[in-house]
Amino acid sequence: MGHILKPRERVRIFSRGSAVGHDEYRGPLGGLFDFHDKTDRFGADTWEKAEGELGRTALNLALNRAKLSHTVLDLLFAGDLQNQCVASSGGLSSFGLPYVGLYGACSTFVEGLLCATMALSSCRELSRVGVVTTSHNCAAERQFRLPLEYGGQRTPTAQWTATAGGCVLLERGESGVCVDRVMAGRMVDGGISDAANMGAAMAPAAADSLLRFFSESGEVPTDYDAVVTGDLGREGSAILSDLLAPHGISLGDRHRDCGVMLYDPDRQDVHAGGSGCGCIASVSCAYFLPKMEKKEMKRILLMATGALMSPSSIQQGGAIIGIAPIVTLEVRE
Amino acid sequence: MSLFFDCLFAFLVGGALCVIAQLLIDLTRLTPARILVTYVSVGVLLGAVGLYEPLYEFAGCGVSVPLIGFGGTIARGVRAAVHESGLLGALTGGLQAAAGGTAAAIVFGYLAALLSKSRPKRL
Amino acid sequence: MDNKQAYKKYVDRRAARSPVLRNCVAAFWVGGSICVLGQLLLTLYRRLGLLLDEASTLVSVSLIFLAAALTALGIFDRIARYAGAGTLVPITGFANSVVSPAIDTKSEGLVLGVGAKIFTIAGPVLLYGILCGAVYGVIYYIVTLFM
Repeated sequence: MGHILKPRERVRIFSRGSAVGHDEYRGPLGGLFDFHDKTDRFGADTWEKAEGELGRTALNLALNRAKLSHTVLDLLFAGDLQNQCVASSGGLSSFGLPYVGLYGACSTFVEGLLCATMALSSCRELSRVGVVTTSHNCAAERQFRLPLEYGGQRTPTAQWTATAGGCVLLERGESGVCVDRVMAGRMVDGGISDAANMGAAMAPAAADSLLRFFSESGEVPTDYDAVVTGDLGREGSAILSDLLAPHGISLGDRHRDCGVMLYDPDRQDVHAGGSGCGCIASVSCAYFLPKMEKKEMKRILLMATGALMSPSSIQQGGAIIGIAPIVTLEVRE
Repeated sequence: MSLFFDCLFAFLVGGALCVIAQLLIDLTRLTPARILVTYVSVGVLLGAVGLYEPLYEFAGCGVSVPLIGFGGTIARGVRAAVHESGLLGALTGGLQAAAGGTAAAIVFGYLAALLSKSRPKRL
Repeated sequence: MDNKQAYKKYVDRRAARSPVLRNCVAAFWVGGSICVLGQLLLTLYRRLGLLLDEASTLVSVSLIFLAAALTALGIFDRIARYAGAGTLVPITGFANSVVSPAIDTKSEGLVLGVGAKIFTIAGPVLLYGILCGAVYGVIYYIVTLFM
C-alpha cells in the first residue's frame, strides 16, 4: 500500500498548447509560448470570458499541433481559478465534449494530469483525453482582491496571478513523453492566513508531498533532471528548501519554480513571482515538455502547488490550506 | 507671502498625515480600508473635542484634504445641525456636511463607469 | 517546524519587509503635494468670491474629479503603486475607491453591478464617518441641555 500510483497501462502526452497574456510574453520565456494576446482580452468583452477564451485557445493549439479535430477526444478535465470554474465551462462548452470540472486552485494542472492518467490507464473505452487549465490576472484580481483600477501597493511576498493557459492531450502509449507515476497531494494546514504570502501557505504541502514521494520511492532529487514546482515563488521556494533540509533532502539546482521562471524580476515588478493554475500549465507546455521532446531532459518531477481558500474564508481569518499533487514524466524510446 | 506659508504648512502637515498612514500599512499590516476608517473617525473625534478647527487654521488643506477633513466636516455639520434642530440634527448634520464630496464621488464614478472600460494592470 | 505557531513565527521573521523609508518619502511628497494643490485651488476659489465653506467643498469636488478622471484613464493605480498612502489618505483615495469598483463592475450591469457595488470599498468610510457623527451629535445634544 502506498500513496504513489503507478498506472497499469502506460500513458503518454502526445500534444500540448500554451497561450499567455502580455506581461507573460514580455517575460524570459515569452518567445516559447504558442500564442499571446497583447490586450489580455483574447477577443472577449469581460475578463471572465477572456479566461475562457484562453482555455479554448490552448486546447485548439494542442489539437492543431497534433493535426486532430476535437472530436477525437473522449474526455476533458479542466479547471481554473474562478468561482464555480466558469472560465472552463464558458470557454470549453462549445466543443461538446464529455467534461469533468476540477478545482485545485493553482494545483489544478497536475490534478488534471493525475485524473487523466488514472482514467486512461483503467478505462479501455477512453482513447484520448485532454487537460486544460487557465488563470487570468484581471479575473483573479476582481474575484480575490480589489478592482483593477484601485490604487494600492502590494507587499514583497505577494504573488502575481499569471494570465496563462495550458493544455496537454494524453493517450495510452509506450513511447515519447510518458507519465511514470502520480501521487495526490494531502491537504496541509500550515496555519498561514495571509493571502499576500501564498508561498508560505503552500510550502508545507509541497514539503509534505516531496517527503512522502522520496521516502516511498527511495529516490533522491538528483534522479530527476528537474524537480518542477508550480508557483511557490521566491518566498515559498526558499521556505521549501528550509523545510526539506532537516530531512536531509536538498533540491539544489534541480529545483525550478514556474512562478519564478515566468517573469523577469529586474524588469517586471512581480514581487515574489507568478501564480495561478495557468502558471505551471503554460510553463510545462512551453518549456519542460519541449525539452523532453528534444531529449534534453529525460525525467522530471512536476509538482503543482495550490492554495485552497476563498475571499470569504480569508476575511474570516481562516487558514489557507495547501495542496501539492505530483506527477513524474519520463522520455521512453 | 502668506500663500507661500499656507502652502508650506499644508504640504508638511498633509505629508505627515500620509506618512503616519504609510507606517501603519507597512509596519502593522493594517489594511488600507481600516486606515481610512480610522482617519475618518479620528477626524470626527478631533472635531468633537474642538481640536479640528485650530488644526485647520494652522494647516488649511493639509488637514482638510486628507480624510481627517471628511470627519472634521461631519463633526462641524452635526454640531451646527444640533444647534438648529436639536436631537434630529445628530442624524441630518453629518450627511448634509459630507454631501458635496459624496455626491461628487458618486456622479463622477458613475460617469467614469459609463465612459471608460477596465484595463489590465501591468507589471 | 513542529507546530503552526513556530512555523508562522518563522514565516513572519523571514518575510521581506516593504521598503518603509522609500514608501514614506513617496507618501510624504505626493500626499503633501496633493494638499498644496488643494490649498492653491482654495485660494483661487476664494479670490473668485466664494465663501470659505463653498470654496472648501469645491476643492473637494475638484480633487475628486481629478482622481476620478485619472482612475478612468488607468493612470491613478500607477501613481498609487508608487505613492501608497500619499494618494490613499487625501480625498483622492476616497474618490478612487468609489470610481474603481464602478468601472470594474460595469460588466455586471448598471444596477446590480455598478449600483450595488460602487461602495464596496468606500462604504466603510461613509458608514463609520456618519455613525461617529451621529454618536457625537447625541452626546453634543445632551451636553447642550446642561450648558
